[in-house]
Amino acid sequence: MSKVGVFIEIVDQAPGKSMPGLISAASRGGDVVGLLLDGLAEKYKGSLEEYGLTELINLSAPNRVLSKHPEAAGHALAGAVKTFGLTALLGVSSPTGNDLLARAAISLKSPLALDCIDINFKENYVKKSHFSGKTIATLEIKATPFVCGIRPNSFEAVQNQVTCRVTDHSALSVGDDTITIIGVESSGGQKDLTEASVIITGGRPIGSIENFKLLDDCAKTLGAAVGASRAAVDLDYAPHSMQVGLTGKIVSPKLYIGCGLSGSAQHFAGMKGSQVIVAINTDKEAPIFTKSDYGIIGDLFEVVPALTKALKTGPP
Amino acid sequence: MRIYVCIKQVPDTEAVITVTNDTGYDNEVKYVVNPHDEFGVEEAVKLGEKTGENEIIALCVGTERAANALRSVMAMGAHRSILVKTDEQFPSSDLIAKALAKVITEEGPADLIFTGKQSVDSEGMQTPYRLAAELDLPVVSSVVGFSLDGSTATVQREIGGGIRETLSVNTPCIIGATRGLNEPKYPKLPAILKAKKKEIKIIDISTLDISEDEGFRLKHLEATEERGNARIIEGTTEEIVDSLVKILRDTEGVI
Ligand SMILES: Cc1cc2nc3c(=O)[nH]c(=O)nc-3n(C[C@H](O)[C@H](O)[C@H](O)COP(=O)(O)OP(=O)(O)OC[C@H]3O[C@@H](n4cnc5c(N)ncnc54)[C@H](O)[C@@H]3O)c2cc1C
Repeated sequence: MSKVGVFIEIVDQAPGKSMPGLISAASRGGDVVGLLLDGLAEKYKGSLEEYGLTELINLSAPNRVLSKHPEAAGHALAGAVKTFGLTALLGVSSPTGNDLLARAAISLKSPLALDCIDINFKENYVKKSHFSGKTIATLEIKATPFVCGIRPNSFEAVQNQVTCRVTDHSALSVGDDTITIIGVESSGGQKDLTEASVIITGGRPIGSIENFKLLDDCAKTLGAAVGASRAAVDLDYAPHSMQVGLTGKIVSPKLYIGCGLSGSAQHFAGMKGSQVIVAINTDKEAPIFTKSDYGIIGDLFEVVPALTKALKTGPP
Repeated sequence: MRIYVCIKQVPDTEAVITVTNDTGYDNEVKYVVNPHDEFGVEEAVKLGEKTGENEIIALCVGTERAANALRSVMAMGAHRSILVKTDEQFPSSDLIAKALAKVITEEGPADLIFTGKQSVDSEGMQTPYRLAAELDLPVVSSVVGFSLDGSTATVQREIGGGIRETLSVNTPCIIGATRGLNEPKYPKLPAILKAKKKEIKIIDISTLDISEDEGFRLKHLEATEERGNARIIEGTTEEIVDSLVKILRDTEGVI
């Protein structure tokens, strides 16, 4: 049986939300082996073996904290692929995932495809967006091992209880460090957009930083993350880290609620992959109504608070 | 300093993409400089303004038409440019990186190289990394902040949840730029006219003697399924939000 590696990304001191879905996707290609960077394998394994992870490899390097040295981490992941004879390395296409998968791929001199929405091990292909979501490309995998980033929420997590074995592995050769992460700064309280399963976004008519509170309140009732259009970011109503779209974050939630968005091609480039899109807009001619699932013609300043209330009390 | 800016020409983000056959599209659309690359060009130009003694060389692998993209970035401030000509609609990141590396090695060692973090046509996100491997230089991509102090660059990138990482990088290095880094200035007429007189050297890719690695190959391209018109929920505001919650909870199962 071939073995497929998955990079286990730790977010907020636990395996990222998309890990179960990723393990389910990887298990179509063989036994799934997790690769963890200088982490706490024993602590994390319980939540991963539920989905079919058969082995968790704790990667470390002498005198290095791998999570602070992206180059060394890339080499360590690549080294593990070779040492353990993995046929593929998969990870979540998050900012950190994309970076380390790319580094591992160049270290392995392997093919790389990031932000894939489908993978088929039998027929040897992946699917991913081209032209900012306007087309879907099928790419044939022509060499092994290959490296592949999977867009969050692309695969349902399937329960498959197994027993996971933990192996410690010290990477011997991780090269020199020319890059070091020297600081991490949080703007505080912002929920991650990339892996979010519900997102509510404000566009230009939001009008101020303060008004984003309307969306924050609604987001709280849904456990949602809050996003912004570029127009809202350009007007300083929200930081760039909240921007969704071609030049912002690519998101793929189950539910996307757009409040006061016209429906520009560049915004859709970032959220077209959402499962259900709801649009709230005062203008019944707004283009967003031609490319969403549900539409509400109305003022976001009325509709959003009413929605928050309905979500709190629950409808009849 | 010698600064290279690597750019790609891509269909305008507003363009309608019509798939014509299994792996091709109708290229009778408007083409522009890949938006992420413009942030790299702007950063290089800003550095030039500061020290006044930088040469900025724009590089592009693309079809003959891509000369227009090089003109645009020369209008933004690049001094001269080189087009590596290929007929392929989708040259692979591997091929692009190898071609860029060859040209850079021939033109003279880089002090800094800027690329975009990804192209908006093939969305590969890997050219800066592959170029780094070819030239054996450090690389950081998705960069939203950059400063240079002697031979060390300090860069910022965003990870999820509003978290920003600061990294220290030895130079020469490769920077994959994205929005947040700066605001590209649209060139004024005199700069556009001046750019017309700047040099574009054209090199045919076949003369570079590159062998491409087997990687992912485009097998099929299809238009994304569109959702079509939204189902408009009607009623008073209270009725509307109640119906919406019911639909999202019971019909769609997404909350
Ligand atoms: C290269 C490039 C990259 C880009 N990248 C991005 C990107 O990453 N992300 C992005 O978002 N944009 C991006 N853009 C910008 C994009 O083209 C649009 O300009 C932008 O998305 C518009 O934002 P908006 O929908 O908030 O504003 P608008 O287009 O101004 O739309 C506002 C909408 O709100 C409606 N409205 C007004 N008042 C109310 C109210 N009270 N209640 C409800 N509805 C109301 C209006 O009817 C209108 O439809 C990019 C553009 C380019 C050229």
